[in-house]
Amino acid sequence: MSGHSSYVPKTGIERWLDARLPIVRLAHDTAVSYPVPRNLNYLWTFGGILAFMLAAQIVTGIILAMHYTPHATLAFASVEHIMRDVNFGWLLRYLHSNGASMFFVAVYVHIFRGIYYGSYKAPREVLWILGVVIFLLMMATAFMGYVLPWGQMSFWGATVITNLFSALPVIGETIVTFLWGGYSVDNPTLNRFFSLHYLLPFMIAGVVVLHIWALHVVGQNNPTGVEVKNVQKDTVPFTPYATIKDIFGMVCFIFVFSYFVFYQPNFMGHADNYIPANPAVTPSHIVPEWYFLPFYAILRAIPDKLGGVLAMGSAIVVLAFLPWIDTSKVKSMSYRPIARQLFWAFLAVCIGLGYLGAMPAEGGYVTASQIFTVLYFGFFVALALVGIFEKPRPLPSSIADSVLANIKGASGVQLATAAAEPNVKG
Amino acid sequence: MKTTSFRLALTGLATGLVLATAAVSARAAEGGPKPPQQKWSFSGPLGTFDRAQLQRGFKVVKEVCANCHAMNLGNAVRMRNLSQPGGPEFTPGQVAALAATYQVTDGPNDQGEMFQRPGRPADTFPAPFPNEQAARAANGGAYPPDLSVLAKARTYERGFPKFIFDIFTQYQEQGPDYIVALLNGYTKPPEGMTLLPGQNFNTYMPGHLIAMPQPLQDGQVEYPKGPDGKPQVPETIHQYAEDVAAFLVWMAEPHMEARKRLGFQVMIFLAIFAGLLYYTKKKIWARMPDGSPAH
Repeated sequence: MSGHSSYVPKTGIERWLDARLPIVRLAHDTAVSYPVPRNLNYLWTFGGILAFMLAAQIVTGIILAMHYTPHATLAFASVEHIMRDVNFGWLLRYLHSNGASMFFVAVYVHIFRGIYYGSYKAPREVLWILGVVIFLLMMATAFMGYVLPWGQMSFWGATVITNLFSALPVIGETIVTFLWGGYSVDNPTLNRFFSLHYLLPFMIAGVVVLHIWALHVVGQNNPTGVEVKNVQKDTVPFTPYATIKDIFGMVCFIFVFSYFVFYQPNFMGHADNYIPANPAVTPSHIVPEWYFLPFYAILRAIPDKLGGVLAMGSAIVVLAFLPWIDTSKVKSMSYRPIARQLFWAFLAVCIGLGYLGAMPAEGGYVTASQIFTVLYFGFFVALALVGIFEKPRPLPSSIADSVLANIKGASGVQLATAAAEPNVKG
Repeated sequence: MKTTSFRLALTGLATGLVLATAAVSARAAEGGPKPPQQKWSFSGPLGTFDRAQLQRGFKVVKEVCANCHAMNLGNAVRMRNLSQPGGPEFTPGQVAALAATYQVTDGPNDQGEMFQRPGRPADTFPAPFPNEQAARAANGGAYPPDLSVLAKARTYERGFPKFIFDIFTQYQEQGPDYIVALLNGYTKPPEGMTLLPGQNFNTYMPGHLIAMPQPLQDGQVEYPKGPDGKPQVPETIHQYAEDVAAFLVWMAEPHMEARKRLGFQVMIFLAIFAGLLYYTKKKIWARMPDGSPAH
């Protein structure tokens, strides 16, 4: 896809700059002339949505950091100060806290879209692995951010999650002491988490640049999973086609985001986090933020602490190996009758695990978590096996063909209208 | 193709949201009844506080609750907040007069000594006890929680599927509903249950044992009278409880009215903007660059 550049500098200044630092050429090739498969559906707008969310989180976060105090005795009060006395502080804080949740909503849609359409397969393995790296960084960032208000759930969530590292043999205890900056979660912990919470988003931004670079080398996958064969017929230029579609998708997403910010700002949070952190009082149920719940359920499903930590880690790391686990040559599950059903089952299992993660770890919930954990990993085993014997449906010969088949399949009325529309393109 | 892909995207988004919401019911059912839902003037997308209710609620808080409960967590709430827009909206004069009734410690002065002076609107509400230990000593070992953000710090389990419906009904008054239920929830303990000294039985308290004795009685706080000489609202425990809860909601979320008002404008803007973008997108996507139908 990284073919020759179609950028033509028009003015003298542009030619002068282009010979020295072709930055306008880079922008033009990336966001204007870059060819995009013409059959992308709205699930492909979530990449742009994620870029927007990262930027939004960084902007709101930087302003919040101007008013926030990372100290165990002052953090809670400074958040209340932001909510009450900083102009539009309540808006910034609710945008940022709900923004984290919406960021994860978008990233989960993005990941499941990638799985369904086989976007991890050759030649997009590196692109996919970079995505898993971003996901991990996001989890670390979100976890540390949740600690900052220094409420009860902040404190006890930090205690539970950092304690997980103590399960590692030999180095475990040292790592935990290092994370805490002492021998329990306390002010030094809060300070380093604040520092890292400010640092990690910029690391995410760095990996996002690599992610986009890799994307622009191999080009986008598409709902048919058939690679672009003829740029003229199979693709449209990024601007205006993808630009307008991405912006439309983004505004719809922001609509949902705003609904939560303005009308249900505490829906995704925990009431306990409006109680200041108290090391002497443990909340009756310590629950992480919703986006960690499936992994939390896997952690608790294993009766052994180290086993639980390893299972939880594997549940994330296994994603990075998907390109080699999936043995089928066909990318899109639209053409894979069995894998497709596996996908929906996997999605259901993930939602089930999320529900179980929110439930107390007792009785039937533990058994159910264990079954669902097996099913979670079972998906990857099944995916490896299915590829060997599954008989895929015939693929369209090209992206253009699949689109044209759709046009022909549409009713005559629609075609007539299309034909009657005056071509106003200049 | 177009509608399918849009539907796909919606399914994707919905799935994400379901995953998000599957979470929120964090607490296990503690047993015991759920607090009944009250009618609140501030619920829903256009909800606003009832000024008179907030003023009554403040009166009850000041005369009853504040004898044991502080409301100066992190110095977040100041007396001046009582006259800011979107709250009880006492006049600045009323707030200054109220503040002056308190004696607050200030200093050190030029001699290096702390001194007492009448309160000012910029002060916090003086706490009833100098520290947690003193509060516990005076309350049989229990620590009355600070009221500043209490309405957001209390909730009850909604359970599946109610918590999903809550997204659309915008029900988020678990805190005040719980507070009203708790203040009305004092009953005799069931047969065979003996209470230790300092324990009280409450239907809605998780675990049913609460250190706070029943704080409100009918007729305890005098309410403003109408022209006929009768109180404008009944002076009952239930009415007191509702007014207190409403006041606590305001104190926990003093910019709620501004938030919902701005939200309404933002949502309308986004809806129109999205509509315009949709038709622009449709126009652009009608044709390929070479003029052939795009899909």
